[in-house]
Amino acid sequence: MNVALAKTDTGRALSDAFAAARERLPAAGKVADFRRQAFDAYERSGLPHRRIEDWKYTDLRVLMREVLPLAAAPDAAAFKRAEVVLKAGTIKGARPLVLVDGAFAPKLSDISGLEKGLSVRSLREAIDGDNALQAQLFSLDTANPMVALNSAMLTDGVVIDIADGTALSRPLHIVHIAAGATASSIFTRSLLRIGKNVSATLVESYVAAGGAKSYQAHDSLVIVIGDNSRLDHVRLVEDATDAVNISSGVVTLGAHAHFNTFGMTSGAAVSRYQANITFAGEGSRVETNGVNLLRGRQHADTTLLLDHAVPHCASREVFRAVIDDSAHSVFQGRIIVRPDAQKTDAKMMTRALLLSDDAEADNKPELEIFADDVTCGHGATSGALDESLLFYLRARGLKEKEAQALLIQAFVGEAIESIASDALRDLAAATAERWLRARS
Amino acid sequence: MTALLEVRDLQVRVEDREILHGLSLTVNKGEVHAIMGPNGSGKSTLSHVIAGKPGYEVTGGEILFEGEDLLEMEPDERAAKGVFLAFQYPVEIPGVATYTFLQAAINAQRKARGEAEYSTPAFLKKVREVAKSLNIPQDMLKRGVNVGFSGGEKKRNEILQMALFEPSLCILDEMDSGLDIDALRIAADGVNALRSPDRGMVVITHYQRLLNYIVPDFVHVMSRGKVVKSGGKELALELEEFGYTQFGDAA
Repeated sequence: MNVALAKTDTGRALSDAFAAARERLPAAGKVADFRRQAFDAYERSGLPHRRIEDWKYTDLRVLMREVLPLAAAPDAAAFKRAEVVLKAGTIKGARPLVLVDGAFAPKLSDISGLEKGLSVRSLREAIDGDNALQAQLFSLDTANPMVALNSAMLTDGVVIDIADGTALSRPLHIVHIAAGATASSIFTRSLLRIGKNVSATLVESYVAAGGAKSYQAHDSLVIVIGDNSRLDHVRLVEDATDAVNISSGVVTLGAHAHFNTFGMTSGAAVSRYQANITFAGEGSRVETNGVNLLRGRQHADTTLLLDHAVPHCASREVFRAVIDDSAHSVFQGRIIVRPDAQKTDAKMMTRALLLSDDAEADNKPELEIFADDVTCGHGATSGALDESLLFYLRARGLKEKEAQALLIQAFVGEAIESIASDALRDLAAATAERWLRARS
Repeated sequence: MTALLEVRDLQVRVEDREILHGLSLTVNKGEVHAIMGPNGSGKSTLSHVIAGKPGYEVTGGEILFEGEDLLEMEPDERAAKGVFLAFQYPVEIPGVATYTFLQAAINAQRKARGEAEYSTPAFLKKVREVAKSLNIPQDMLKRGVNVGFSGGEKKRNEILQMALFEPSLCILDEMDSGLDIDALRIAADGVNALRSPDRGMVVITHYQRLLNYIVPDFVHVMSRGKVVKSGGKELALELEEFGYTQFGDAA
């Protein structure tokens, strides 16, 4: 490879974006160094493509082509547009924490009367002078190019801390809103640090304000769950259908902790959610479930890594994809059981429902087991709706689309059922219903 | 008077094989017809074609339902018009609660007929009444459609739907298959309760036993894709004694 090649236009544009992104965060402590290293790491690889095993089914050089210029900090008009879409997506009882075009929006967020033990700050403010926090936020593995790019370019986010012994009464709701009038890239990173004996609920949603076009949302979330704590987590990707959403999650669980996470992707033209979940303490449990509802030419990739680093932990993955038209769903689920992680109990099941001849599902389960006293299993299926069930429903008076809708709802229901909170389960079910209604 | 169901010289193929070779049958309101015949004589094919199951090619003849061309209608249109098929093997639909399914079905039919849809409370009241009369416990209705139901429960669920939808034509396909005598009696009582001057029934069965419980007005014997003999209820007894061999078939 010729490294002496002159920078392409795309390369120059990215350097400009990086320069702009650097201006947006205080360069306190080592932040500038971390970002430079991350940017260099990204520049060495560029957008990942199909010859990289981990990106085989999601070739960003084809699907994204380029990283768009950095979104401008939101102006009054952008906030106004964001406010409209925020109102439509309010979750009853939840505390909205709003990011607009990559900037925390305190005026749109509810940060008054925080429960005792809860702290919410913008990342911009929080990193100033806090070396430990800087390291925690910026030391993510740069081997993944899209994580590296996010580290280099992020402009803001939310830093949430929940103190030991806190039972949060209100769900936290991070709302990512794209409100820019020109096609651009948004880079955010948030951090949720949960102490011991905590119970909390976090919802994340990704939406577009009116007029937002062809944007790219690049997000990452770092979660640390302390001993004996429980986090319920729901993420809903409802981005504009011409948008790109590349999100990463890095989750670490202490001992006897419980992480119940559910993701639903019905929006975005191209999306990838890559999450690494690590068991660092014994006796913990993870349920990670998801649903993709795709149509048109949508492409959605969920790539999960469950790292059983310690003994006596359990993980369950239930994933469902409903794929219409010429949409494409990718599920890559990797489970690593380290040599010491005896008595691991890990199961993964993924099913795809293909509603059209051109729909595509790729399921790639990978088990790497280095311990000898474990229970691990995986399964993957894909197929069309069962004709005999469809006929039964039609013989009872349901029109073809109604019969299909009922069966699709049942198909995704198993994953939705795993959501612990009634309100959030209803929210996910309503999202699925909206998708189905748009079909008929 | 227009017949409820008029099947005229019906010829049906599945893939390359002709199953029905010119079958005719007339059912009027208030009548119960039994269709008997050995396995493979085309009894279930007839029921499937009337209900509109895909995969059958009608190559000749016609089916009129109250004078209208049934073969031109989608399966859901036939249901809304009042055609009901009680399945020989009712399917299991995991994840769809029986209540949800019943309400969706009855409201789809009502909507298609231009009638007001049931509100949830009105629907629940109605379904509970009907379920009670058929000895169907409430918790069965909360479960997925037919999921984990015994053979008898599945058949009772079919009759529950028949009672709810109040169709004018009921086709019962091998209702007795897989049922013990007690389950058969409960199911037959449910069917008998629905006999009415406004309703016609076609009871398809291999065995005469069912007809002790649901006594037909007419009996037709099918063999090799045709009705080969018709008569009154005494024909069933004759078949029980002499078998289907007299029509050139092994029983």
